[in-house]
Amino acid sequence: MLKDVLKTKYHEINIVHEEGKPRQEISSPRICSKCSAPLSEQELIQNYRVCHHCGHHYTLGAWERISLLADEETFREFDSDQVSFNRLDFPEYDAKLERARQESGLPEALVTGTAYIDGYQVVLGVMDSRFMMASMGAVVGEKICRAADRAVELKWPLIIVVASGGARMQEGMVSLLQMAKTSAVIQRLHQAGILYISILTNPTTGGVLASFASLADLMIAEPGALVGFAGPRVIEQTIKHKLPENFQRSEFLLQHGMLDLVVERSRLKEKLSLLLKMHGGKYDTTQV
Amino acid sequence: MTQRKFDFESQYQGLKQKIADLTEESQLRNIDLSDEIAMLENKMKKIREAKYLNLSPWERVLLSRHPDRPGAVQYIERLCSEWIELHGDRLFGDDQAIIAALGLFHGQPVTLLGHRKGKNTADNLRYNFGMPHPEGYRKVVRLLQQAEKFGRPVLTFIDTPGAFPGIGAEERGQALAISQALMTLAGLKVPVISVVTGEGGSGGALALAVANRILMLSNSVFAVTSPESCSSILFKDPNRVEEMAAASKITANDLLHLGIADEVIEEPVGGANEEFEATACLLEESLQRNLRELQEMSPEQLVEDRYTKLRSIGMVAEKS
Repeated sequence: MLKDVLKTKYHEINIVHEEGKPRQEISSPRICSKCSAPLSEQELIQNYRVCHHCGHHYTLGAWERISLLADEETFREFDSDQVSFNRLDFPEYDAKLERARQESGLPEALVTGTAYIDGYQVVLGVMDSRFMMASMGAVVGEKICRAADRAVELKWPLIIVVASGGARMQEGMVSLLQMAKTSAVIQRLHQAGILYISILTNPTTGGVLASFASLADLMIAEPGALVGFAGPRVIEQTIKHKLPENFQRSEFLLQHGMLDLVVERSRLKEKLSLLLKMHGGKYDTTQV
Repeated sequence: MTQRKFDFESQYQGLKQKIADLTEESQLRNIDLSDEIAMLENKMKKIREAKYLNLSPWERVLLSRHPDRPGAVQYIERLCSEWIELHGDRLFGDDQAIIAALGLFHGQPVTLLGHRKGKNTADNLRYNFGMPHPEGYRKVVRLLQQAEKFGRPVLTFIDTPGAFPGIGAEERGQALAISQALMTLAGLKVPVISVVTGEGGSGGALALAVANRILMLSNSVFAVTSPESCSSILFKDPNRVEEMAAASKITANDLLHLGIADEVIEEPVGGANEEFEATACLLEESLQRNLRELQEMSPEQLVEDRYTKLRSIGMVAEKS
């Protein structure tokens, strides 16, 4: 059933693509941008959008990610009725929201719900960079908080798959304050003894990295993901020279002690499963 | 060309000059020109008053960055009978872009934290133009925890273009350091009052501003991104800064209206940069009053007060 839902979503997105306006396309390039090997859409879908030649990780949509991590038909979405509006009457924001909704097929940049991962019950949040670079406005902030509330209430671990360009400028200070708000909620989750794992994907930057994404017990990143506070261009302009090759990539962060693990997409679920086991996650046999 | 510097004072430079000339003349020739001088002075006063009462958001941005604008150090010196600066994060270094101190405010020991900018090039280089590195935020976290241990209220002073974007800052975990400051402030069991004195720039400013009360000087601003960045990132056009300053709702009154600022401290004509003592008096009164209120709360109430306020920001109506 969930697979059907997925198909519909991607079907819609593909239609948008065929109409010739693939602004934030999820449809794959024909050749790998990293190693130039030929890529077929079918292979990429099977491989969860990782190049099978060089292992380059392409953007994964929220629902694809959910089908990668959650056991079949176990994801139950909540708070999907939370939708952004142009609270500051900011120029062009309405149009941008509308376009993001159409192109991603999502109401907002974050999908949250409960799920099972190899039978372990979790609260799962997944961000989708096709929706306005998954910038954090009031709705993304509020949904993160509600997901954390739910995790505390159910005493289930919280897993957030992060991607973000940072705060959503069109919502001004309301968006900046979501950094403080989500940090405050995560503080309560830690006090309640709930496990929180963040999985950083390409790209995770700005105010999202500088708040809830960095406050997890365990921080995992996908290989080659851009992870940093300031954007590389801003840094280059400030310091006026070129940045090193792997600067702000997952491996760079691992080397500098900012992450626990870098895990390939194909092994993400088994790693999570093991970590959940080691934190005494409930094993619900009826779900296996 | 968009105005980049706060130079509206130049609009009445002519008047100022005339007053000076007349004063000189009256002294030289020993004639009484006091009526004429008084008239011109009055005229100038009216022009300035009218101007300061109707500053546009962009003009307030420029004023908030004025090199003569007083910052954390001046306010600490003025507000505390005695104070002592404390240094270092105990991990890497001592970030000069953040001043940390202990002080006595009306006899009450307080922890003081703030961004520090320079008044000249040498100082600006030393203080990195008020842009902190991770060690600055880690110094903040260290002293917040200490404030809690000793039950000391915390006063913070906000004035920064933002956290520094550089290689070392990224290597040492700028984002992580900011997130830890946010989380530590959120759960702190002592009163926290933040005063936005100049420009509040993004996450680097917010890291010192998760407070029970946010007080904003009337010519200070607090923004997610500078109007310049907004204009060039969103519209690829550097000339829309005035529009962006207005649209982003970054002035003290805008933020009071949005429920983010709790109080606006009205600066006298001339602003805090020209009228420091009068501004500091108003701030002192407000700090005393707010601190008194917060000191009546239990540690749990203080945490809850901050939490409830944060949770209410950006509440979204359910789709029916």
